Amino acid sequence: MSLLRIRKPKTRKGKKVLLAREPQLIESARTMLFLDGRKCGGNVKLCMKDLQALKKPLVKILNRKNDITPFDDPSSLEFLTMKNDAALFSFGSTSKKRPDNIILGRIFENEVLDMFELGIKRYQAISEFKNEKIGACVKPCLVFNGPKWAQTEELRRLRNLFIDTFQREKVDSIRLQGIEHVLSFTVTDDMNILMRSYRILLKKSGQKTPRIELEEIGPSADFAIRRTKIASEDLYKQARKQPKQLKVGKKKNISTDALGNTKGRVHLGKQQTGSIQTRRVKALRKTPEEKKENRQRKKVALKSAAAEALAASQLQGNPFSS
Amino acid sequence: MDVVKEVLAKHQKELDKYKPITVEKHLECRLDLGTLLITDPNDFDDRELRDNKEEYLAALTRDNTQLLVNAIWELSTERVDESIVAKLPEPTTKWVPTYGFKRAEAEKAKDWVLEVPQNADPNTDMFQKKIDLRNEKVAKNEIQRMKNIVRAKKIDMPRSVAKSSTASVGKFQNKLPKEKEARGLGIKELIPGGKRKQSHITQTPEKEANLDLIKSVLNKKPKLDVDKAISMEKRGNRLAREAEAENEPTKKGNKKPKGKGSRKAVGKKSKGNHGQRAPGKKAQAGRKRR
Repeated sequence: MSLLRIRKPKTRKGKKVLLAREPQLIESARTMLFLDGRKCGGNVKLCMKDLQALKKPLVKILNRKNDITPFDDPSSLEFLTMKNDAALFSFGSTSKKRPDNIILGRIFENEVLDMFELGIKRYQAISEFKNEKIGACVKPCLVFNGPKWAQTEELRRLRNLFIDTFQREKVDSIRLQGIEHVLSFTVTDDMNILMRSYRILLKKSGQKTPRIELEEIGPSADFAIRRTKIASEDLYKQARKQPKQLKVGKKKNISTDALGNTKGRVHLGKQQTGSIQTRRVKALRKTPEEKKENRQRKKVALKSAAAEALAASQLQGNPFSS
Repeated sequence: MDVVKEVLAKHQKELDKYKPITVEKHLECRLDLGTLLITDPNDFDDRELRDNKEEYLAALTRDNTQLLVNAIWELSTERVDESIVAKLPEPTTKWVPTYGFKRAEAEKAKDWVLEVPQNADPNTDMFQKKIDLRNEKVAKNEIQRMKNIVRAKKIDMPRSVAKSSTASVGKFQNKLPKEKEARGLGIKELIPGGKRKQSHITQTPEKEANLDLIKSVLNKKPKLDVDKAISMEKRGNRLAREAEAENEPTKKGNKKPKGKGSRKAVGKKSKGNHGQRAPGKKAQAGRKRR
């Protein structure tokens, strides 16, 4: 079971699974692993259910109870996330000391990057709101209210974690009618986090842009921040690093003309016409006269150089002769 | 002119029928359209938040969502399969050039205010300090460059190196056969004001210095590498757990509630005629159940 051991797949399927677990150049949307603690019921259970509904189908749900305390020993949690190939986890538990506890966190390189323990103070599930719900797999708008979000490193990380958790797949375009869900996170002065979820109703405004009205659809929760563990600056930086292959290089010497044709400019070095092999044509061959002239010129040059060298050596040899 | 006025008035009347789509904010909100994200740094209305929280939150969120939607509707759109889609830009990742084109500008925008560290004199000019630091770095690089040129031209530079002595304490020859030339001054020494190492000659009297040295040696505490310790501890725990699991594989099975009678006994899976006998091999307790 040791993580240190390198496991070699025995079957083709096993190989596929292991390959899928490896770091990818372009990572797919992150799945979230849902785990129950020693005791998990009431509001925590409801909250986990609703989170699953919001995150579907990017979820992996484990139904058994787990004797894990992530803040004391995250190793078995890390193991489970590794097994299930999940980068996010949500761990629900309730105890006398920490009633209605939900831990949200992220995994980087099979280790916990950061996790936040949120105590549920008040909870209203999706089922309590009797109205029309949104469709599945809707990319929500995220709203963060309050000046506090940017003030401490902890809250900045928590905000980042929330964005990571709820942003779903990265898309390059969105259907305008498909913007129908908004999640709002508000941090109050006493460090409570109020999470609300609304359906967006697009109303006429007499202009192109519609007027927005909201209808609460749940879940609605008030969280208190309990224990936190955030990654060190180095690790966090490492986790955000983008692979070099993905960086877009500058495209040089390519232009598009008015007709939409792509034009490229190619730079060639100077052609060595003397040395390249061409067809040997008699007309290009050197005549005997030319050859002779060449030889003569070389001889003269050599002679003059020798004379110069001799004069220089004589000057150096006896500098006081004159 | 009446016609124009009439048309304008009519238009205004039409607009008045609908609620406005504009939102007033004290501080500008930060948008990231790629992730459909908006961050509102404005302060709350405390009394409203206390008295009727839900309505206030809904209104606040509505305003912010309106801002986001306004921005999205501004984007270029195109028609795909009878629906209108907006092209989202790449999610913003704030990138500041570390050197080169437009670096100085980015730096200015980034460091428009600098924090004075708590242990520093509150009147220090941090901007000046930054400039000084940069100048020092430039100077250092210049010296390094010069040294590189010198090395490339293969000119010997004097170096200082601990010499081994001959038996005659260098009376007959001042150089060993294969002695290294002494090195010259390092970069740190060449920078005025910079020191590479603290000088071993101290201001305190010798005896006192030696006593201090002895004290420091005797009172030495082992250095604690927290990361390493944690990883060692983790590994130890893991190994212990594995050993435990291997020693008593049946215990875990017994712990489970025995509610379901129909469940088959967890144990060695029958190989049913397909197995090969391996007398030397230890019997395994089947697949590990989680």
